[in-house]
This record gives sequence, C-alpha cells and structure tokens, in this order.
Amino acid sequence: MSLDPLVRAPAQDADVLLRRVHVLDPRAGIDAPHDVLVRAGQVAEIGAPGTLEAPAGTEEVDGEGKHLFPGFVDPHVHLRTPGQEHKEDLETGTRSAAAGGYCAVVAMPNTSPVVDSSSLLGSLRDLASRLARIPVGFTAAITLGLEGQHLTEMAELRQAGAVGFTDDGRPVTDAGVLRKALQYQRLCGGVIALHEEDPALSAGGSMREGSVSARLGIAGVPWLSESTMVARDAAIAGYEDGRLHFQHLSCVASVDALRDAKARGFKVSGEASPHHLCLTHEAVRDLDTSMKMNPPLGFEEDRQALIEGVRDGTIETIATDHAPHARDEKEMPFEQAPMGTTGLESAFAAVYSELVRPGVLPLDIVVDRLIGGAALMGLPTPTVAVGERANLCLVDLERAWTVGEHGYESKSGNCCFHGRRFHGRVLMTLADGVVAYRERSFAVHAA
Amino acid sequence: MKHLLSIEDLDRAAIERLCDRAASFAEVADRPIKKVPALRGRTVLNLFYESSTRTRSSFELAAKRLSADVVNFAASGSSVEKGESLRDTVQTLAAHQPHAIVIRTPWAGASKLITQWTDAAIVNAGDGQHEHPTQALLDVYTLRDRLGSLDGLNVWIVGDVRHSRVARSLVLALQTMGATVTVAGPPTLVPQDIAVLGCQVRYSLDELPQADVVYALRMQNERMKQAYVPSLREYAANYQIDSRRLGARQLLMHPGPVNRGVELAGDVVDGPRSLILDQVRAGVLVRMAVLYEVLASGGGPSTPASGPGRGRGTDHPNPELHPA
Repeated sequence: MSLDPLVRAPAQDADVLLRRVHVLDPRAGIDAPHDVLVRAGQVAEIGAPGTLEAPAGTEEVDGEGKHLFPGFVDPHVHLRTPGQEHKEDLETGTRSAAAGGYCAVVAMPNTSPVVDSSSLLGSLRDLASRLARIPVGFTAAITLGLEGQHLTEMAELRQAGAVGFTDDGRPVTDAGVLRKALQYQRLCGGVIALHEEDPALSAGGSMREGSVSARLGIAGVPWLSESTMVARDAAIAGYEDGRLHFQHLSCVASVDALRDAKARGFKVSGEASPHHLCLTHEAVRDLDTSMKMNPPLGFEEDRQALIEGVRDGTIETIATDHAPHARDEKEMPFEQAPMGTTGLESAFAAVYSELVRPGVLPLDIVVDRLIGGAALMGLPTPTVAVGERANLCLVDLERAWTVGEHGYESKSGNCCFHGRRFHGRVLMTLADGVVAYRERSFAVHAA
Repeated sequence: MKHLLSIEDLDRAAIERLCDRAASFAEVADRPIKKVPALRGRTVLNLFYESSTRTRSSFELAAKRLSADVVNFAASGSSVEKGESLRDTVQTLAAHQPHAIVIRTPWAGASKLITQWTDAAIVNAGDGQHEHPTQALLDVYTLRDRLGSLDGLNVWIVGDVRHSRVARSLVLALQTMGATVTVAGPPTLVPQDIAVLGCQVRYSLDELPQADVVYALRMQNERMKQAYVPSLREYAANYQIDSRRLGARQLLMHPGPVNRGVELAGDVVDGPRSLILDQVRAGVLVRMAVLYEVLASGGGPSTPASGPGRGRGTDHPNPELHPA
C-alpha cells in the first residue's frame, strides 16, 4: 500500500504525565501501576508509580485509581459522509469515537454516493485530513454501488488508501462475485469484510424471528439467514485461501461456523457488537426504535455464544457498528424506522458494566477485543510502549454515569443504551499523540 | 380507561365491563331514532392509513349514535402521500383538538406511539399485524351474548394466523375470558412461536370436531402470490370450513370480509350456525362502549370536564336512559 491508511486533522502533539495509573495492556503483558510520560505525542518514559518528573509545560494527570488502556480501535463505524451529514460527519463521528476511548476507527462505504471509486475515496481522505479528531481509515465497496454484481477497481482503491473492502449493510449474495473478489484480493490485498444475510430468508423482517416477534406480529428475520451465509462464505474463503472478516455476528450457529472454519485453518475472523453482547430480542418488546438494528438482537443463547466466542478468541474484536440516524428518522413506527444504533460513546461502559463487573468476562480480554480490530484491518495495534505514538485511554472504572445524560458527541442520539446507568467512564483519550478527548468534569492540572 | 391499545392491557373485569356497557347500548339500536347524547360535543377522528370499510364505518356509526362529531381522515389523497411523517400528521390533526383518535396503520405499535404526540384518547383500530382489539372485544361480546359465558369454551382459529392481527387479539381476549384456544392452519402461515400466547398449535383440522366454536380467518389472495400456499385450491381442500367439517353443534365466526369458496364454503356462511352477522351488529355496540369508556368515563385530559365540548350536562353514566 502506498499511502498511510489512517488520516486525521493536524493537531498539537501532547505533553502529558499520567501519574500512578494502572496500566493494562494485555498484548504487551502490562498489568500494574505506572507513571507514563508522553512527550511530543510519544510515550517517552514508563516508570514506577510516583517516580517520573513532569518537565516544564507538561500537563500532569493524577491517575490514582484510574486505568490506562491502549486506545481502542473500531473496525466498523458509519460516519455517514458523504451524503448523510445530517446523521453524522467526520468531525462529530470521530469526536464521538474519542469520547468512547477510541484512537482509530474504520468507516464503512455505504454512503451516498457509495465509496466505490478512488476519486471519491481520495476526496474523503482529504476531508478527513481536515476534520477527523482521531485517525480514520476508509473501506471501499466490494461491488459497484453495493449492488453485488461488478467488482470495484480494488487495486486502484487500495493504492488510493482503502483499508479493505465491504458491502456492509448488504450481503454479497452471489457466491461467484465473492469468489472473484477473494481471487482479486491476491493482487491487491486488503481484508474483505462481510455483512452476512440471505435476503431470501430475511426479506421483510424488522426484528429476530422468535417468541417476541410472534407476539408483536412483526415479521421476523430467522437467525439462519446469517449463519448459512457465514458457513457458505467461510467455505469460499477456505477454497480460495482468501482473507475474510465477518461483521456483527449475532447467533450461535454463526459463531460455530466461524470456529469450525478457523479450526480448518481458514483465514477468517469475526466481530461482535456491544449490543449483541448485552441485549436480546426481549429489549424490542416496547418497540423502541433504538433497539432496531441489522442484524437484529438475538436470543439469550446467542448472546451467551457470542460471549463465549469473545472469551475463547473465536471473535477477535468487539465492534460497535456505530450507526447514527436523525431523531425524526427514528421517531417512526418500528417497522418503518431505519436500522442501527449508535455505540461509540457507550461501548466500553456497556461491556464493562454488563460483562466484566458481574464476572462474566475478565477485563483484560475485553480490552484485548477492543483493540483487536486494528490487526484484523491490517492496522498497527495500539500499545503502551516507549517510543510509540501515544494511543491511550484513561478510564475511571468506578465512575457511574448515565448514557446520554449530557447528550452525545455524535450528531445522533439513537443509542440502544440511552438512559442506562453504567460504570466505567472514559476521562481522556490520546489518539496518535494528540489529546482527542477530555471528559467535561475531568480536571486539568498543568505542571 | 384512557386508551384502548391492546388486549394485553385488559383484564377480565375490564372486558366484562366493556361487554356490559355494549349490552346496555343494544337497546339504542332498536329505537327508531338510534341516538343518545352521551358524547355530544365531543369530536372523534378516524385516522385510517389502510383501506377499511367495515371497521371505519362501524366506528363512525358508533360515534354518531353517541352524538359525537366525526371526522374521517384517510391517508390516501392526503398529505401522507406527500411524504408527511406519522408524527407530523398526528400533531397537525391533534391541533384541532379531537377528543379521541381512532387509528389504523400497517405498523405494529403505531397506536401506542402516537399517544406521546397528542392528549386525545387513542383507540387502536388495527396496528399492522399486531392487534385489533375492538374486533376481539366484539367477538367476545357475540359469544357471551349467545352462550352466556366463555368459561371452558373450546375455540379453534383457522387460517392465516401469521398475518392476522385479529388472531393475536382474539387469542388473548378469549383466554382472558376463560376459553381454551387452538390455532390451526398451514405451517407456512402459523408461526410455531405463536404458542407463547398460550394457545395450542395444529397444522391439520383432524381434531376440529372437539371445537365448540370455529373462527375462520380471511385468506388473502396475496399470500398465494407470496407462495405461502401452493394454491388456494389446495388451501381450501385442507382448511376450508364447509358443512362437512362444521359440526351441527359448532358455532361459526369470521371477522369479514369473507372469501366464499376459500376459507368458508358459501352454505356455512349463510347457515344456522353462523354468527357472522351477529359479529357485525356487535361491532357498533362494542365500539360505542369503547368510545364511551375512553371519553365519558375515563380520567385524563380528554374527560368531558376538561374537553372543549364540556358543560352540556350529558355525561350521564347510563346513557340509555337519556335518549336524544
């Protein structure tokens, strides 16, 4: 690849001393209190707690009782630019990500127009280089217009900076087209990420087919609409020895299919969203349109299978599928409302409060999966190490807060966790050496 | 009762009360002048996003017999076709301060949703494939009128359960009133999960003779185009209620409109066991009772004391004693 896949707006490098923070970087094997000094945007020194001096002009942060993680990386967000800037734009979307502790995000190409040409990709990257608060990578479509028929100019798109390829929001229904894309991948590289759904099985559905949909009289999407496609496409990836990533998995059979494919040595990976890990179709009972997403919320056994997949590493990353929609677009009867929930600002708190605090998953696994998206997208994994650019997030695990209590950094408020009381507040995010977010009540002490 | 949104919100006492009230209105229908002043000065808005003849006219007739003013708003030919959202339409119409809005939409939960946007009492006249509570109430009324009680009654609902809001409301209402319910139809049109409502599920009519009441659902032509059944001919062969399948002691019901020769054979529609016309008659009475409950006897901002049409002294709890 000829260009840096990640783009952000210029900003001043940070000089910060984080004192007595509990550093947890599962991939670097760090899990202990330290002082961490960031100078000119780089991690300059890591010392025993209370031992480092703050050079003049360095901001000093009392990290006593707080945790410092590598910044999170979300391989799956919708920044709605171009074409739907009333829902989100590159500035608000990356601000929202920074508020969630993210130091990089990967944007989906199902915009209007679709990102399926290098000229459009180039102008998007140009825009991001002026507006993005944190580094953004852009994916391009697998097929022109997401129509599932003709491949995009994948090689040229890669040269123009495409992180990878996806028709997210839609499946690649034609197995022959997917196969050609995987063959072409040998030339151009770049992960191919798939939204798995068989429209012949899912058509017309607004929620998971099951006891709740039967009671509500709402047409349901059966889980096998996803899992049959995961199984099919894993087989194609194996046959072509190609690299596939399965987005937002939502059912037992999909996790099983991914696990089987990995056991056969296929180059496949998968993600799960905070909402599929924390909620089930029972949440749809009141027809709150923030609970309408694609794939829809599943059964409790699906949730358990996803948690198990995250635990054993079958699912390498937790990805939000951050999907903002304007208030009036979501203020509709359930069946009419668009699919999607925002997630960047609540992801860590949701997973921490629902899974880590109750003892379901250990904290180090959750942090690992929140940074795990980077490697899957071919991006460098953030780490707390001397000489690295500072990609860090400072979190108070004991701080309780209510999702949406002060509004959102995102332009949209369609968050499925809106109003939920969670623990775990991101206080500060450093992305590529720059302070990208500071929580409003979080005091600043200049040395 | 502020709104009528779902049978799920009603307990047995509430259903009994509505049926009793409907019965008290029955006498009005037999008068030369079929009108009482109970809701004089109140405005009822019929907001229909789907075509409907019998439900809409039944609500209109019910409102008029209670002396309410009625405005009909059909979505076709209106601002809705110009792309106005449900919220904007409801808020625009609510600005005219109707006391009640009777709403039918193709979307589940829409009637509940609009309660946020208006102070009017909301009556669900069908929300998508979710519920059609007044249909279930008039069916309960019809059976109660005929049999006295539904306790221990065995009711079979036959046909396209999947797409039927009538079936969902009816299963709940019948069970609340003490009946046992079985739903039956082709497996493509009877979701297995429907058993969460508490009913039995059958795919054949072999055990139909055990039913006291056979309730046939309308089979829409469109379902055949979507290949839910191979042909209406085959559907009729397996599920049509005809004089061979309908026992001499069994009662027959149908929410209308009937497809003769599909779900019902013509002779049973017109036969002595058919309650179909009783259902239609009950429709007006039950809708009078519902409108009366939400407008004249409930709490909230739409009660006569606070509405713009107050002060006529017509809010007597026994309207049948006060003919116009």
